[in-house]
Amino acid sequence: MTLVAEPKLEKAEAASLRTERIVELVQRQGALAVLAIVLVVGLVAYDDFRSFDNAGTILVSAAPAALIALGMTFVIITGGIDLSVGSLYVLGGVLAAWASQYGIAAAFAVPLAVCGLFGLVQGLVIAYARLAPFIVTLAGLLGARGLMLALSDEGGTTYLVDPGAFKDFGKGELLGVKYAVYLVAVLFVVGMVTLYRTRFGQSVYAIGGSEDAARLMGVRIRGTQIRVYVLSGLLAGLAGSINAARLGSGVTVLGTGMELDAIAAVVVGGTLLTGGAGTLGGTIAGVLLLQVIQNLINQDGGVSSAWQTVISGTFIALVVVAQTYLAKLRRVASG
Amino acid sequence: MSASDAPLLEVVGVSKQFPGVRALDDVSFTLRAGEVHALVGENGAGKSTLIKVLTGVYQPDGGDLRHLGKPVTFNGPLDAQAAGISTIYQEVNLVPLMSVARNLFLGREPRNRFGLVDVARMNREAAEILAGYGITSDVRRPLGLMALGAQQMVALARAVMVDARVVVMDEPTSSLEPREVETLFGVIQRLHERGVGIIYVSHRLDELYRICDAVTILRDGKLVHTGLIKDLDRLQLVSHMLGRPMSDVRKAGFTSFGGEHSAAGGKPVLRCADLNSRHKLTGISFEVLPGEVVGLGGLLGAGRSETIKAVAGALPLDSGTVEVDGTTLRRPNPVAALKAGIAVQPEDRKAEGLALGLSIRENIALAVLPRLSTAGVVSERKIDKIVETFISRLRIKASGPHQRVGDLSGGNQQKVLLARLLATGPKVLLLDEPTRGIDVGAKAEVQALIDELAAEGLGVVLVSSDAEELVEGSDRVVVLRDGAVAGELRGDEVTTEHLMNVIATAAS
Amino acid sequence: MTAPSLAKSRGFDAATVRRLLPVYGVYVALAVLVLFNIAWTDNFLAWNNLRIQLVQVTPVVIVALGMALVIGTEGIDLSVGSVMALGAALIPLYLGYGMIPAIALAVVGGVFVGLVNGGLVAFVGLQPIVATLAMLVAGRGIALVVSNGKYKDIRDKDFLAIGTDAFLGVPYTVWIAAVLAVVVGFVVRRTVFGRRLLAVGDNRAAAQLAGVPVKRVLITVYVIAAVLAAIAGVIQVSRIGSADASRIGLLIELSAITAVVVGGTPLTGGKVRVLGTVAGAFLMQLLTATMIANNLKDSTAQMVQAVIILVAVYTARERRTR
Repeated sequence: MTLVAEPKLEKAEAASLRTERIVELVQRQGALAVLAIVLVVGLVAYDDFRSFDNAGTILVSAAPAALIALGMTFVIITGGIDLSVGSLYVLGGVLAAWASQYGIAAAFAVPLAVCGLFGLVQGLVIAYARLAPFIVTLAGLLGARGLMLALSDEGGTTYLVDPGAFKDFGKGELLGVKYAVYLVAVLFVVGMVTLYRTRFGQSVYAIGGSEDAARLMGVRIRGTQIRVYVLSGLLAGLAGSINAARLGSGVTVLGTGMELDAIAAVVVGGTLLTGGAGTLGGTIAGVLLLQVIQNLINQDGGVSSAWQTVISGTFIALVVVAQTYLAKLRRVASG
Repeated sequence: MSASDAPLLEVVGVSKQFPGVRALDDVSFTLRAGEVHALVGENGAGKSTLIKVLTGVYQPDGGDLRHLGKPVTFNGPLDAQAAGISTIYQEVNLVPLMSVARNLFLGREPRNRFGLVDVARMNREAAEILAGYGITSDVRRPLGLMALGAQQMVALARAVMVDARVVVMDEPTSSLEPREVETLFGVIQRLHERGVGIIYVSHRLDELYRICDAVTILRDGKLVHTGLIKDLDRLQLVSHMLGRPMSDVRKAGFTSFGGEHSAAGGKPVLRCADLNSRHKLTGISFEVLPGEVVGLGGLLGAGRSETIKAVAGALPLDSGTVEVDGTTLRRPNPVAALKAGIAVQPEDRKAEGLALGLSIRENIALAVLPRLSTAGVVSERKIDKIVETFISRLRIKASGPHQRVGDLSGGNQQKVLLARLLATGPKVLLLDEPTRGIDVGAKAEVQALIDELAAEGLGVVLVSSDAEELVEGSDRVVVLRDGAVAGELRGDEVTTEHLMNVIATAAS
Repeated sequence: MTAPSLAKSRGFDAATVRRLLPVYGVYVALAVLVLFNIAWTDNFLAWNNLRIQLVQVTPVVIVALGMALVIGTEGIDLSVGSVMALGAALIPLYLGYGMIPAIALAVVGGVFVGLVNGGLVAFVGLQPIVATLAMLVAGRGIALVVSNGKYKDIRDKDFLAIGTDAFLGVPYTVWIAAVLAVVVGFVVRRTVFGRRLLAVGDNRAAAQLAGVPVKRVLITVYVIAAVLAAIAGVIQVSRIGSADASRIGLLIELSAITAVVVGGTPLTGGKVRVLGTVAGAFLMQLLTATMIANNLKDSTAQMVQAVIILVAVYTARERRTR
């Protein structure tokens, strides 16, 4: 009697599976696909876009955003969010420029220490006081900006980077590509190994996927949360250092909205804003996509650069709606 | 007694108090090695509290917990896990977005010589382990994509992987297909042979009699019976679960329900025809006449609350119709149902019934705001009037209408909820466990009120796990089983004996 | 015998303080701050100074009113700053046809954003923070595109009068904020919508079963919040005489959330304190002004604000385990 019914069922299931695969593909690889399309359009339409120099420009200007997005990916996979990174990035830049007078080691170490500590405090508050991450890091945004202004005489002083190893690092190239780009690449590889191949990485996914289940399965919730926010702070500080080295000064007015760019890149890259799933490969694609769009808009000259934010905002909305749709589809399929 | 004879796990005289409820009252329980021990009771009987005490989630207020004969204290679930107690929860407690293999190995992943997770080995071992549980799907896919039964198997495999000596299974078969149930029983058999003690919570009597050695029955937080399952027949088991112990009857007397209601006859006020909802309800049909109380009977999980929800428009239906006073509801949703005259008191009044942070006044007026307002502006006077009426009619004890509902006692909370239902001027009342968790006095008042409302001509659907309450309060009882109607008691048949007979035989 | 009862009574006192602090703390703090200023700040009571404080706090008050409603439904609206920018950017477009069409367009812009936010929350089922985040990013972009990324001076005299003229010595903008506060207060306390909003925030499942049209309530709330933000943007433009979409409303979501939370509205929903929200906005404004008047720097003011936000949220956190 089931002989008749079964093939029908299989057909329906296969169809729903196919829809699911397509939506999943859009969600996970959407950024990469759109990046490819945008690159092709750029290569065909704009002469200047094609140059090797331009590729280098894209990569080097994406470097700070990529580092911030790297940390943000960890945070978002745990189901949290870090809105303080934009301010920490600026703070890191100011600290690096100031510390460059004591040598390259100080120019890297001071921002890392201060921003890492800032992340630690936020992590502790989130893990122990159990306040919502967005509110804690929103306060952190304000606090870090206050700290930055205090260090720079209310934004009046711009520290210049001392000529020396640190400035050379900012200018230095290998095979036509800036050192900073290699540093970012190495850190992403380390990040991937950490996320996919260590127990810490597994706990990051687990607590974002289901905090209650993770607790019952013996995952250390607080420790993981704290480490994730420290990591995010460290990377934001490092991004500040890199940028200071490149620009030769600690610019106090940049960085507003940097946290939003990072979140946009992470989400566009297919990481669930609700936590529990995401890839660093997607994040790279997301960062590059936003950067390439910006670059193309600059190439064209006739288009307002504001379109970049419109596109990334719309993209976020589309991706999260697709993710929600996917989650519903799965619930129906398995329930 | 030598150590080997000592029970694996033992609680003696354990009590646990929650605000307003005594969840466990002097309960003792013993689990021996190699024993499959059924733990049964209706909702609120204290099963889940007992399980949580055994697995370290709750700390008992009084009594002793012994592990292999030695007193122990579990400060958290990790302590219990370290002692070899694993739990499989009814709702799968795994991470749905992570892969099957990563779920299975979370926290004990195999590592290579660099200290990194050896993904290839993990996947291979996961596939091997799960094959033993009849699961052959790709272990690299997210767990959430598997059928619920398969997820349950992964949870079981994970629980058993850690040298478990005690495995607690909370309704493990509720989401399994028949074939998967067989696999599960196979696993239980293997564990049994290994000397693992199993605590098995289920409401499916045939399962209990098939695999369990011993049984412990709880009711209202108290131990009702414990012993070998073969010494207890089905009827005895059911009457222990649902029936009132004779001592209680002597103490408190019977319920406050009066006799039969004189159903006005004529057209039914509520008619449900062939309600179907996948995995939940199959072909449920029944009618309620004006002035009649129809009870929905059956064990937990038989589909009583689901039926109530479906009639109230809160459970999506695949097919079937709900008719109020001869008019069919076109779009079943809570707003439409309310408009048609259906008022529902959900089973969990805190989660789905009341806005606990708001006042008595706001809660009572919530459903009838449009009627108490002009052009969207509410009339405080009209609200006061209706609120005062109901506070005095239902004898709600509170410091005043502005008191937060969350600060009231359970009985008064329930009355506030009933007041909200009655304020809508309903034709049909759906009451899901109206006297659960409220004190004896309030219980009597609520029961008397139900009588009174029926006498006024309302149609009432009553769900209760208390067999006496159901039988004495209802004119007819529709018995459900596995989401379908298993039988109906009318007239003289409406007695606890008949009810239990139908449940016990229907369940076989 | 005495020891436990003593501990018990002390516990009771602590509980009372814990309960009352989030609700009345803001008024006490505001009073202390005012007294401090009267004693220590020169010319604090001079009308000119008070006027400046009032005018400066106006946009935050208006945005915070909408935010309070959204938070009352257990939501959050991060997009308000971008909506302010959008409202501001839309003003110059139709100002040629007169003041009314220009303001109407800004309000329509707000309605549009509110519908998108509310739709994503109510129908798609996104978390409010996620839904409004997309609008936070896209909204300012749209504002910049609309204004072509240019800073625009406004010369329409009628329109500028909103920001510069006064009635009974009090600037129009302050009157507008006051009227809006009264209206929002009325809506919360006396309308069907207000009651339903609180019920949705307190227990959405219960509200649904009680026949409350939950989706409609949610969408309306987000539309109101966005319209209020757009109005705040309009007011800001009329005051400074130019529409700069890249700067207007930047980080105002933070000030608005702070005002709401400091004013005693819990982030967990089910309560809206309108007067507290207004007081919260005043408190934060006065705090910054006080610190600057007493030669504390802006940087210190920001760090102090950060600490106050955390303390306010921490004391107001209740019923977390639901």
